Amino acid sequence: MEHKNINLTLKVWRQQSTVSKGEFVTYQVKNISQEMSFLEMFDVLNEQLIQEDKEPIAFDHDCREGICGMCSMYIDGKPHGPWQANTTCQLHMRAFNDGDTITVEPWRAQAFPVLKDLVVDRTSFDRIIQAGGYVSVNTGNAVDGNSLPINKNDADASFAAAMCIGCGACVAACKNSSAMLFLSAKVSHLALLPQGDPERQSRVVNMVAQMDKEGFGACTNTGACEATCPKEISLSNIARLNQEYLLASFTSAE
Amino acid sequence: MLDAKIPAGSLENKWTDYKGHCKLVNPANKRKLEVIVVGTGLAGASAAATLGELGYKVKAFCFQDSPRRAHSIAAQGGINAAKNYQNDGDSVFRLFYDTIKGGDYRAREANVHRLSEVSGNIIDQCVAQGVPFAREYGGLLSNRSFGGTQVQRTFYAAGQTGQQLLIGAYQGLERQISLGNVTMYSRHEMLDIVMVDGKAQGIIARDLITGKLERHFGHAVLLCTGGYGNVFYLSTNAMGSNVTAAWKAHRKGAAFANPCFTQIHPTCIPVSGDHQSKLTLMSESLRNDGRIWVPLKQGDNRKPTDIPEEERDYYLERRYPAFGNLVPRDVASRAAKERCDAGYGVGTSKQAVYLDYAAAIERYGKIEVSKKGLANATKEEIIVLGKEVVKEKYGNLFDMYQKITGENPYEIPMRIYPAVHYTMGGLWVDYELQTSIKGVYALGEANFSDHGANRLGASALMQGLADGYFVIPYTIGNYLADEIYSKPISTDHPAFVETEKSVSDRIATLKGINGKQSVESFHKRLGKIMWDKCGMARNAQGLTEAIAEIQALKKEFWSDVKIPGGINEMNPELDKANRVADFIELGELMCKDALNRQESCGGHFREEYQTPEGEALRDDANFMYVAAWDYAGDSNWNLQKEPLIYDVIKPSQRNYK
Ligand SMILES: Cc1cc2nc3c(=O)[nH]c(=O)nc-3n(C[C@H](O)[C@H](O)[C@H](O)COP(=O)(O)OP(=O)(O)OC[C@H]3O[C@@H](n4cnc5c(N)ncnc54)[C@H](O)[C@@H]3O)c2cc1C
Ligand code: SF4
Ligand code: FES
Repeated sequence: MEHKNINLTLKVWRQQSTVSKGEFVTYQVKNISQEMSFLEMFDVLNEQLIQEDKEPIAFDHDCREGICGMCSMYIDGKPHGPWQANTTCQLHMRAFNDGDTITVEPWRAQAFPVLKDLVVDRTSFDRIIQAGGYVSVNTGNAVDGNSLPINKNDADASFAAAMCIGCGACVAACKNSSAMLFLSAKVSHLALLPQGDPERQSRVVNMVAQMDKEGFGACTNTGACEATCPKEISLSNIARLNQEYLLASFTSAE
Repeated sequence: MLDAKIPAGSLENKWTDYKGHCKLVNPANKRKLEVIVVGTGLAGASAAATLGELGYKVKAFCFQDSPRRAHSIAAQGGINAAKNYQNDGDSVFRLFYDTIKGGDYRAREANVHRLSEVSGNIIDQCVAQGVPFAREYGGLLSNRSFGGTQVQRTFYAAGQTGQQLLIGAYQGLERQISLGNVTMYSRHEMLDIVMVDGKAQGIIARDLITGKLERHFGHAVLLCTGGYGNVFYLSTNAMGSNVTAAWKAHRKGAAFANPCFTQIHPTCIPVSGDHQSKLTLMSESLRNDGRIWVPLKQGDNRKPTDIPEEERDYYLERRYPAFGNLVPRDVASRAAKERCDAGYGVGTSKQAVYLDYAAAIERYGKIEVSKKGLANATKEEIIVLGKEVVKEKYGNLFDMYQKITGENPYEIPMRIYPAVHYTMGGLWVDYELQTSIKGVYALGEANFSDHGANRLGASALMQGLADGYFVIPYTIGNYLADEIYSKPISTDHPAFVETEKSVSDRIATLKGINGKQSVESFHKRLGKIMWDKCGMARNAQGLTEAIAEIQALKKEFWSDVKIPGGINEMNPELDKANRVADFIELGELMCKDALNRQESCGGHFREEYQTPEGEALRDDANFMYVAAWDYAGDSNWNLQKEPLIYDVIKPSQRNYK
């Protein structure tokens, strides 16, 4: 691979705290190797700011390999930036050209308040899981793992939904800030397995109720979430969620 | 003297006997007992959820925004269990034996046997939670092989096993939170332990959003805070992984065991430049099918695909015919270093070897062709089918490689090099997982107990979950049964006030230095010293130099570090400064421990002690012990030795030939 070093202009959202007003600030970075990841480019910028006696930009990150779901930058109008099926930390500077101007913002959603700069509060996702995103089984209750054969297709489909990393990009991409893709991934993960069956009705009803309570918007099936999801969680999960929800409301109305 | 409190009796009965005789706490009393769990990765989340289920009042802490993001999430390859579902001769004893041998005879028999005994329960528990493990067409669980073993006992969920296991434990934890049994404090960092009359009675934590210090009472404190690989700056660990919690306990009296035992993983994406902030693992499962080689000729600059078969050196297959590419990690890493040091390395840096999938693609392609009855398939068709199989097995890893390097691993061999990955050393714990401080326990990677001098693949997930789901729920009761008589201490107690003050003083001092160099620059320099002199190969001279260099670095840090931003606000630079300060002290102890251990074993390779073939040369007569270090003031430690006694296994030179 040929690699170049490039110069860039960055317009970054700065906000001191949840209550303060934010603004875009423009920075220049020079000599950025295209082999760097996007966050490594931010490391360079932050070191530069420290040397200039300025406050570095706060951003969330941890694994830097696309699995923890912590990184969350809205880059040039797209959550996680221009690459398909990708997280911010896995975005590399090969995606950009010398002289580009890049705009970087936090996730924007009522249910994800900004804490500082690019860092948002996503604990609303945890509360949605608390409402029913689990199988109620205490440690020590389990029978032998192979006593319950599961059709491979179902197991694979369940896994595909369980791959969601809880990053919130789907919410950030949605014009209504809906959390349906995230929620449906969890409902599908558990609904596709026999272990999840006993609680499937209460689960979907309670989780949807919690989602509404957190202030996420309604789903209008636009599909921006699926297009932006780093784990390619499919829209068909939302269809399954709707089905599950309908079924549950019928049954509980009886 | 350290007492490991290993129960008497035969090895197979120790754990059963222990469980039959340990003290219990009745349900009404459990509600009055408060347990603090610091860290909610696999070890902490499983412990917090299980203790919550049992009825204890649990407070759990993590520094990320959610427990679901702990470093455990990144584990790729799998989790071992002695289920023998493959009918290939596995058993509790064999898993125990492999783990002891893999650890180069520097782990405790009793702990490892217990681990092996509960391994099967972990799989059952996870399946019950809905962890979507890989399955065969018949609907049963699938297994694969990992290094250092000759049976297939590794359970997995594609290349995301850690993620799926952690999500399982996380969901169990969230359920306990919703039931009110566990209170979760995310974006909180534990910064000290509060001691009263020689017992832990709580912690001081910092709210990472507001910067405020908080006091939390607990009858016991569990440290499930992960490993310290980031002392090397570059490692496969998550950026935030750190030693601070364990180090604070160490400074309060908990012995730190075998700090120099670090695992360098053989298959990681090589460093690409100075900007590098972390290294990415390519799962060990890739060694199931990939072949590792370098050119036969030194400094061969041809494209790998242009180098004919007979001009390649498959050095692992050559040196270790019995285990081939599946030798344990320490052996594979040193072999790669040996080839690169000798001038056979590849890529621009020459610090890399090839991991090649061409043969596997062809092999799988042929199997597909015969399954589908395509007798006249062309070579191209075989390759296409083979790539599909490889994609299903390892697709996410291949994609990750391509994103990082810009190269397509289906077409050209991957370039890999060893990188720091895991730390076998950690807080010393007894059989009950209690550290040498009363009331402080250590679970998961944070303790030292089960992996000796080298951990086998797929056994960290097993250990973390064993500790959290199946060990601590029993052993903590044995301690807390006596604590029901001690009343909770008010957080206005002088011990809380003083400990909080010492934490806030330290933060103020750090902030007040107002120097010129960034935290990051110190961390990088520490990492370089550690990698060069306390890394894959160590010697007395290098280690002595390293100790002096680290002491000088420490001085410089405390007089010239620059931390922007304020104290009472979100300030990632300040968080990092606190951690790097502790890493510097730990680095010194690691070098000291490595210097003391005048033998080679597992991941600890002292160049002075090797066999004529370049293998690690142990010295059982003098070093068959756990080196447990007690903190005795600035740059000062006292060594306690816990002898390792092998009743069942006869230590021998490890042989993977
Ligand atoms: C890339 C990679 C792949 C791996 N693959 C495998 C594999 O396939 N199989 C296998 O068996 N092992 C694997 N391992 C090893 C394994 O993942 C880890 O050893 C294991 O997950 C550690 O779990 P843990 O619960 O002990 O700690 P962690 O998961 O590291 O969790 C630590 C927790 O402590 C918290 N914490 C730390 N300090 C503080 C503090 N001061 N205050 C508050 N909270 C704190 C963190 O927030 C976090 O919640 C892999 C490791 C890596 C790096
Ligand atoms: S569904 Fe996709 S975008 Fe949404 S949280 Fe999960 S991984 Fe992120
Ligand atoms: S930092 Fe973990 S997914 Fe990006």
